[in-house]
Amino acid sequence: MSHSTAIRLDSCAKTFPNGAKALDPMSLTIEGGETLIFLGPSGCGKTTTLRIIAGLESPDSGGKVLFDDEDVTKLPIEHRNVGMVFQSYALFPNMNVQQNIAYGLKIRKVSITDITQRVNEMMEMMHIGELQDRSIDQLSGGQRQRVALARAIAVRPKVLLLDEPLTALDALLRERLRVDIDSLLRSLGITTVYVTHDQAEAMSLGDRIVVMDRGQVAQVGTPREIYFEPQGEFVADFIGTMNRMQGTVTDGRFQTRGGSLPIPHANEGPSNLLFRPENARIVPVAQAPLSGTVASVFFLGDKSRLIISGITDGHITIDAENSETFNPGDPIGLSVDTQHLLFV
Amino acid sequence: MNRNYRFYLQLTFTIVVCAFLIVPVVMSMMAGVTENFIKGISSGITLRWIFEVWDLYRDTIFLSLLIAIACLICTIVLGVPAAYVLAKRQGRVARMIEELLTLPLAIPGLAIALALIISFGGFREFRSSWVFILVGHVIYTLPFMMRSVLAVLSTADFRTLEEGAASLGAGFWRRFFDIVIPNCRTGIIAGSLMVVTLSMGEFNITWMLHTPVTKTLPVGLADSYASMRLEIGSAYTIIFLIMIMPLLIALQHYGKPRSPNTRPVEDDVESPLPSTSGQRP
Amino acid sequence: MEKRELPYLVVLALPVVIVALAFFLLPMARLAYIAGTGDDGFAAYTSVLTKPRYLESMIATTLLAGITTVVTLAIATIAGLFLERNRFLGRDFLISLLTFPLAFPGVVVGFMVIMLAGRQGLIGQITKAITGDKLIFAYSIAGLFLGYVYFSIPRVILTIMAAAEKLDSSLEEAARSLGASPWQVVRDVILPALKPALIASGAIAFATAMGAFGTAFTLATDIDVLPMTIYTEFTLRANIATAAALSIVLGIITWIVLSIARSFAGSSVAAAG
Repeated sequence: MSHSTAIRLDSCAKTFPNGAKALDPMSLTIEGGETLIFLGPSGCGKTTTLRIIAGLESPDSGGKVLFDDEDVTKLPIEHRNVGMVFQSYALFPNMNVQQNIAYGLKIRKVSITDITQRVNEMMEMMHIGELQDRSIDQLSGGQRQRVALARAIAVRPKVLLLDEPLTALDALLRERLRVDIDSLLRSLGITTVYVTHDQAEAMSLGDRIVVMDRGQVAQVGTPREIYFEPQGEFVADFIGTMNRMQGTVTDGRFQTRGGSLPIPHANEGPSNLLFRPENARIVPVAQAPLSGTVASVFFLGDKSRLIISGITDGHITIDAENSETFNPGDPIGLSVDTQHLLFV
Repeated sequence: MNRNYRFYLQLTFTIVVCAFLIVPVVMSMMAGVTENFIKGISSGITLRWIFEVWDLYRDTIFLSLLIAIACLICTIVLGVPAAYVLAKRQGRVARMIEELLTLPLAIPGLAIALALIISFGGFREFRSSWVFILVGHVIYTLPFMMRSVLAVLSTADFRTLEEGAASLGAGFWRRFFDIVIPNCRTGIIAGSLMVVTLSMGEFNITWMLHTPVTKTLPVGLADSYASMRLEIGSAYTIIFLIMIMPLLIALQHYGKPRSPNTRPVEDDVESPLPSTSGQRP
Repeated sequence: MEKRELPYLVVLALPVVIVALAFFLLPMARLAYIAGTGDDGFAAYTSVLTKPRYLESMIATTLLAGITTVVTLAIATIAGLFLERNRFLGRDFLISLLTFPLAFPGVVVGFMVIMLAGRQGLIGQITKAITGDKLIFAYSIAGLFLGYVYFSIPRVILTIMAAAEKLDSSLEEAARSLGASPWQVVRDVILPALKPALIASGAIAFATAMGAFGTAFTLATDIDVLPMTIYTEFTLRANIATAAALSIVLGIITWIVLSIARSFAGSSVAAAG
């Protein structure tokens, strides 16, 4: 793969005929060869954005889509040369696996010998060689997904667009295929736009992530930036587990029901303090800056998840090693690493 | 025990009902091969009635076949694209067109035929040709083909399939012929069987539209019942039954509702066959 | 993608719309117009109520259709429920037998009635053997009724069986767990759940019977049902306007009844006579 296409969105918004606003004006540049993930809950506009890039929807007037320097806004999907994998895979039931993969090449009037060669290449790449004559309804979910990918890539598209490709599969399969997709995208080097609501998927596959909420971009960043420096409540809540303490900052300390923490650089007044479970440690109650009571214990095999009450109005979630056993009703002390606190 | 007694009571009832429907059919089939119906089986089994019917009514049988096939072609060419359009568009215009196209089902055949005669009776050539009858058949059977195809189009996720084909570069006509039509196959087949069966047996419209030179099989049947011996009417009925039997068997086979990707929503369109359709009596 | 496709869709829809307009809609409109060109003008439409001959015909037809519907519903419900809810050897065969007559044109049904109740009919032979008197009723209103029930049963049974298939068995099981007897389960759970299907198939049976022509034609009784009246007005009396008016009225009635059916069972219902 020689050159990878960059994608640029200029003020792309989408309002549906019934007046519903699906997407607020978005401007974004996707680097050539980058894997960009649109992440968010259903209804946030991520699929709409993907469809605008694909050419299945057009942005409201004023919006522009550019592939490298070419304005493709007016170009329908048939002429954009994109490779698209749909959530339901959209494999053609009236064709077998081989014919499905070959379809795009057939449209482009590639010679039969070239088609056969390319299809074999694809089937080998996706490890589906033995499936070539099967009909679609004989394939498992994971197999269908690989055929869908093969079909999309066979035509050497400028960009690869994936609409929740793993959502239809069960959890175990999803994890396994995530690894496969990751190595595939790396080896292809093609510009990829990927839509999902699963944050683990987003974090593991994306070079950059666009977190979306109700038609708006909440944050754009690398997985690390999103995780360690979430901007705003929505992103903080959506990514990973986030604990929230309500309290007041006075005299350089954050006061809450279950104790206080030294916060020298914060503004005075009432505020919420956010921190992730891994940034807190269990300490003996006597020396603990924060203390409360264990409300529930969930044994997860490699660790136990403790739900603690009494520190703040809501619950605090902490993970504990299994070396120490906790029971509901036990008193517990916590200390929080002040490097990784978030104020809201 | 109670359960057994009720079961057998219902079974008997059902069998009696079946008998009510089937016994006369069997009787007429026997009558068609009996020398003399009044004397009964003892008078001997013969095929002479069947041969006589063939001599008398051969033309009507062929004409019925011709019209049925022509009707099938017309309903496919007209109805399949129509079903596709109705599946794609949800707006009011589409629904109005759908209503218009299924209206012939709600109107007695007599009215449809009268309307045609009044409107086209003046065109000599047209009025006295078999095409006139064909028109009546097409108007009547078109909704069946359309609904059969529409049922299939509504259950599979056609929109996504088309988007998939479009993403690979296929334009409208390519998508229509490569993706849409092949995947409607079961609907088209079920609809075809329905259309041919209905056309072969259509009477109410055809009786009004026919002329002495354009008689179809059911018209001939009515003739034979009215003016011929019972044995001839029976023999002719046998021929009719033989012709539609394979169609009916195929219909029952294809009439099974398709399962897997049924949308959970619609309460109406489920199986390719509208289960309450049938010949106009 | 949608807006761009519109011109293509219009091209696809055009042939069928043209055919429907030319050979159905416009002729029907003309029919409606012609109906008003007779001696009575547009009062021809109400002549079905005003002229005694037509009123009789209308009443006879409506009564016949109504009684047929009730009887057919009763028969089909019993047999249909039984077949749907029980599995036994020969079940599929019985179902095929019951739905086979769907393809019979009305004339054939009339012939079947003659086979049963005509001069050489089965019933006549049986009654002769028992009582010495041959019972012949094929050419009376009773024979017509028999024919109407004959063609109605297959249609209604199929609908009822389809609806019975979709019944939620857990409702029944809940009733039984609360102690309901089989009859009570039928009365309190099953029949109410089937009500939409019963109404829909009843409406279809009624509309079909109202518009039935072939059966009445073959049996040629004294009492004329409306389709026969229309036929004689047109062919024997050349009373085009009256025939047109009556057929429009009949068409409107069947259309209304079928619309009722559709609102109860979705658009999978079909064919009037």
